[in-house]
Amino acid sequence: MSPQLQTSPMTSIDAIQSLDFKAKSNGYIPKGLTLFAALLIIAILVILMGNIFVGGIGKINIEFLTHPPEDGMEAGGIFPAIFGTVFLVLIMVIAVVPVGVFTAIYLHEYTRRDSMITRLIRVAVNNLAGVPSIVFGLFGLGFFIGFVGGGIDKVFFESEGPVWGQPAIVWAALTLALLTLPVVIISTEEALRTIPAELKEASYALGATRLQTLRRVIIPQALPGILTGSILAVGRGAGEVAPIMFTGAAYYLPYLPSKLNDQFMELGYHIYVMATQSPDVEKTKPILYGTVLVLLLLTFLLNLVAILIRSRIRKRRSNV
Amino acid sequence: MQELKFKPKSKIREFLGEKFIAINAMAALIAILLIFIFIFKEAVPIFTDPEVRQEAGLDKMIFKQEFYEGRAPKFSWQPNSDVPKYSLYPLFLGTIKAALIAMLFAVPLGVGAAIYSSEFASQRMREIIKPVIEMLSAIPSVVLGFFALLVLATFLQNVFGLTFRLNALNAGIALGLAVIPIVFTIAEDAMTSVPRSLREAATALGANPWQVSLTMVFPAALPGIAAGVVLGFGRAIGETMIVLMASGNAAIISASFLDSARTFSATIAAELAEVVFGSAHYSVLFFIGTLLFIFTFVINLSGDVVLSRVKERIQGKTR
Repeated sequence: MSPQLQTSPMTSIDAIQSLDFKAKSNGYIPKGLTLFAALLIIAILVILMGNIFVGGIGKINIEFLTHPPEDGMEAGGIFPAIFGTVFLVLIMVIAVVPVGVFTAIYLHEYTRRDSMITRLIRVAVNNLAGVPSIVFGLFGLGFFIGFVGGGIDKVFFESEGPVWGQPAIVWAALTLALLTLPVVIISTEEALRTIPAELKEASYALGATRLQTLRRVIIPQALPGILTGSILAVGRGAGEVAPIMFTGAAYYLPYLPSKLNDQFMELGYHIYVMATQSPDVEKTKPILYGTVLVLLLLTFLLNLVAILIRSRIRKRRSNV
Repeated sequence: MQELKFKPKSKIREFLGEKFIAINAMAALIAILLIFIFIFKEAVPIFTDPEVRQEAGLDKMIFKQEFYEGRAPKFSWQPNSDVPKYSLYPLFLGTIKAALIAMLFAVPLGVGAAIYSSEFASQRMREIIKPVIEMLSAIPSVVLGFFALLVLATFLQNVFGLTFRLNALNAGIALGLAVIPIVFTIAEDAMTSVPRSLREAATALGANPWQVSLTMVFPAALPGIAAGVVLGFGRAIGETMIVLMASGNAAIISASFLDSARTFSATIAAELAEVVFGSAHYSVLFFIGTLLFIFTFVINLSGDVVLSRVKERIQGKTR
């Protein structure tokens, strides 16, 4: 607790009102109503999960996970979609983690908390987290494909038609990297805050420079937080559809993506197209449920791991 | 005494290292600027290109338009008809309708559960509620859209005896599921950060625990809770996949919650793939994107300002 708490907060809060407490009211109504709200949320989650689990569990087997779709999505598996999703988030993580970690380090180690630039960056990070995902999709199309990719084509591949200036896995991944940047920054910062100042001071006292302290003390100490942020970012990125639908995702491809400028299949996009554009919904329903369950299990697993690591960091913080 | 290894070049390295980190740190700032510039850039022909302006000028997007002689002017969004019509009004109505239903559903549940979790719940109950909320926020929106499309729509159709499965109510409820975690998290945080001394003061004045919560903690946390609601509204306006899959996507003008609705975000998602690069339709879609960006930017900025003020005020940092 900070010392400010002791300085009479009453003066600043307009809490002075007539206090008319009936002696015998026992508060069943507010307690009951709020409990009802909490229980309803839990019930909805249970129904949702139960429905998807029951609908999808029968479909999940090795064949489903390792085979490509057949007969216009009415048979076969979802391997290309899983492969595409993994490839996509891998590129995304490589792009987002260094930038996010350096941003957090800059905010926490290099600048004063109330300096102009820190404030500006913080506002930008918070706003980036609130930009609608479809706007990221538009940006990916206009900036990465049109401006960057189109620019590369103009300079290097003039005669060959679009090479980079077209939807591709690298553009989709970079778009997602922007979307998940706040996630990485925020969890790295949280980890940086738990590092005891004594460690840094000891490092400086031994004559280490700022950069050496960063490399030998701060980053190793913050590693679990960086890991948490990366995993949360992967969980978030793996489920987003709107940013990738114009920047590289394809409904069906006969081959797996192998180059950075290939298109790719993705679990979430696969779900969207199968659910909305399939000619025979009843026939594709089991596959659809199976795909949803795979995506849901994937994101939950990632989040669970992240939560476990985070709770270990918090424990360390409370021990300090 | 250990020898300190300072190489002469380390000063340059320090300098470059710091600059490298600083450049990385600008990424978020630059990203926000680039997003605005590059989305607005594609929308600019609406204001400058005479041909585009003829087809989809600002006036045609906002006011009623007379497209055929002899027929009453009206608002309509029909970008693919022979005479393309780009009135934003039906889309605006659809967006507000879906977001409003989402808020009506999510705010009572989110705030209610937050009050329960912060004020009344036992430790064990809290350990159930919080992971449940965290799981809810981890569900990809395409999965919520899928659930609304296949399960919730059928359920609502049977309950209300509806002709059309997909409508604003269906999309709004599913959207609410995405908003609940935002409202809950911020509201709960606002209430738990009310200082202990306030609670103790109320208790000393003879209030029961629940009276402390409702007459002291809740009012003190109200600005924070309001900020949570506003940020949740921002999410509801911008969310794409849920409304795209669950709302039916008909751009009609109707106040009824049981009619289909087409939102701004879903319009972009549904139409951008088929649009001709550089056409009026293309520019209009980017213009809608610009509107969404500006709207959520303002909402997030004001939400953040309120939250940081509340934090300072509640913790007594202002004089």
